[in-house]
Amino acid sequence: MPAHLLPMPLANYVSLSAVMFFIGVAGVIVRRNPLIMLMSIELMFNAANLLFVAYARAWLNNAGHIFAFLVITVAAAEAAIALAIVVVAFRSSDRVDVDDVRTLHG
Amino acid sequence: MSAIFWVPAIVLVASAVWTVTASKPVYSVVALLLNFVALAVLFLTLSAEFLAMIQLIVYSGAILVLFLFVIALLSSGVAPLSLGPNRLPRIVAPAAICVAVALGLVLAGVATSHGIPAPPRAAYANAGSAGMPGVFGSVGDFGKALFTTYLLPFEVTALILMVAVIGTIVLAGDETPYVASRRRAEQNRKAMREAIAREGD
Repeated sequence: MPAHLLPMPLANYVSLSAVMFFIGVAGVIVRRNPLIMLMSIELMFNAANLLFVAYARAWLNNAGHIFAFLVITVAAAEAAIALAIVVVAFRSSDRVDVDDVRTLHG
Repeated sequence: MSAIFWVPAIVLVASAVWTVTASKPVYSVVALLLNFVALAVLFLTLSAEFLAMIQLIVYSGAILVLFLFVIALLSSGVAPLSLGPNRLPRIVAPAAICVAVALGLVLAGVATSHGIPAPPRAAYANAGSAGMPGVFGSVGDFGKALFTTYLLPFEVTALILMVAVIGTIVLAGDETPYVASRRRAEQNRKAMREAIAREGD
């Protein structure tokens, strides 16, 4: 098998990534729990990473790997900041629901 | 040969659905762990060995543990916390339609495209040793690219992580101005409520 051949056609990876991305989108839209919304965002990050890695393999160019690595790093930073905000915002409330955060609502 | 794609792919989609639909955030974390492991397997089949390990160590080892810590912190209140309202907001039907249409468009585009164009031969020539099977995606290959060609993005990553550390301390640290002012406001409110109650007596 030549080195540039993928285990499956690239279209399969693109479709899989799209399905996973839109599951994440649906999660962010539908769920009101900030933790599950954040996890849905992680799903979207991972869908993008899958695409980067699949194309890197198809083109045998590791720029995609570097970018996926950077995405993972930024996701870690994002998770830390977002979870800190969640802790501060919901520390004294008995319900974790983003619709309850209306300090800036007026 | 195709099972190596379809088994992780099915696990990936099923665990993603489970993550979004789980009734409790802890179940979501477990589902997400399954998702990350399946993705790491897919990375392995795409000969991204180093990224597969990073996926397991950073995502499953660090980010998910962070999520678990926050869940534990938030539910350590007085009463068992109702984590995660199960009611769905009113926008769920239009949102589902929009998401389904967008996904359908993407999949239709994938299905009707005439395959992905093969990379030009020059791309293989430029790939150098990275183009060789068994070397591409390995730690050595990855590290060489990261510390030579992509050194600047790597340095920026360090900066981003430092900003995240400082931001987390400022936001959630105990004696930061934000938390202190919030606590003062709560004390004022309580004092006012007590004063009103005394007035009533």
